[in-house]
Amino acid sequence: MNNINIIIGMMLVTFIPRCLPFLAFSRLNIPRPLKKFLRYIPPAALGALIFPGAITAIPSYPFAATVGIATALAFSWFREEISLTVLLSVIATLTSLYFLGY
Amino acid sequence: MEENIEQLTEQKETSPKFREGVLASLPIFIGYIPVAITFGLLAKSTGLTLLETFLFSALVFAGASQFMALQLIQGGAEPVQIIIATLIMNFRHFLMSSHLSTIFPIKEKPWLIPFLSFGVTDESFAYFSTSKHHRSADFILGLEYSAYTSWVGGTIIGYLFGNILPPILQASMGIALYALFVALLIPEAKKSLSITLTAIIGGVTHSFLSWLGIFSSGWNIIMAILIAASVSTWITGEKEENE
Repeated sequence: MNNINIIIGMMLVTFIPRCLPFLAFSRLNIPRPLKKFLRYIPPAALGALIFPGAITAIPSYPFAATVGIATALAFSWFREEISLTVLLSVIATLTSLYFLGY
Repeated sequence: MEENIEQLTEQKETSPKFREGVLASLPIFIGYIPVAITFGLLAKSTGLTLLETFLFSALVFAGASQFMALQLIQGGAEPVQIIIATLIMNFRHFLMSSHLSTIFPIKEKPWLIPFLSFGVTDESFAYFSTSKHHRSADFILGLEYSAYTSWVGGTIIGYLFGNILPPILQASMGIALYALFVALLIPEAKKSLSITLTAIIGGVTHSFLSWLGIFSSGWNIIMAILIAASVSTWITGEKEENE
């Protein structure tokens, strides 16, 4: 029951930030500097989501995680295929873990 | 009568858009599965019931904060603490939705706002903000709810069958979420130096703040995003006047 309370609470605090800007901003004309700032949010967010989280993605095996994320970076630079990138990254991590004696 | 005809023709035009959205979501759909399976597995080992685990993914639908909540539940945190930590962590969606509110076609169909905004995740956001094929609400819904199906479905599969996977594969799947972010970022970064720099500043700032360890992880990521986006806006200030 305690967990259900947590889930309902988390649902509210996740949904409200997702929804509020649509209700507020769709009625306003956004000034140009702000628009530009908002345009830089995506790469800023992705950069911050990847680092440092990716390095610590496999507890106590930072090297394997680094190999995995480096594989993703290198592969997606040459071929823009999302699912293949994810698959190869997992395989690279798996291989490193194997050789590290996981 | 006229209205009826309009509705009919609209349906004819829009339902393929929904299907296009579902097709476009395929990489995210596939990318979510290992991450969702990992969540289901962890939820089970944390002691959650199948119903709770299902509701977690079905109602919250925010990967990073769900993983964080499991850690906090295991550590015996109070519900209020978990909810506040989630608010801080997911406040980045406020920034993402702010951006999307400038490009989503919501003026014609304001009643869709709750449904469109519920589906805003790091991944769907990365897709919408980097592609131009989404100016229809049906396309957006198709992409978002296909990803949703994969997230919820993967969670249940992970809970029920995750233990069958060899431990080394279970561990390796921890990288999937980050590989997904990389695959969404790189095509954009290749197009422009300022975008590459913004991402690097975001990653370096976040790493530095995490290393400092003064603020909670939710605040760290919000500050990193704000700093990186501000610095880039400021640096490129006058140059890209036309954009």
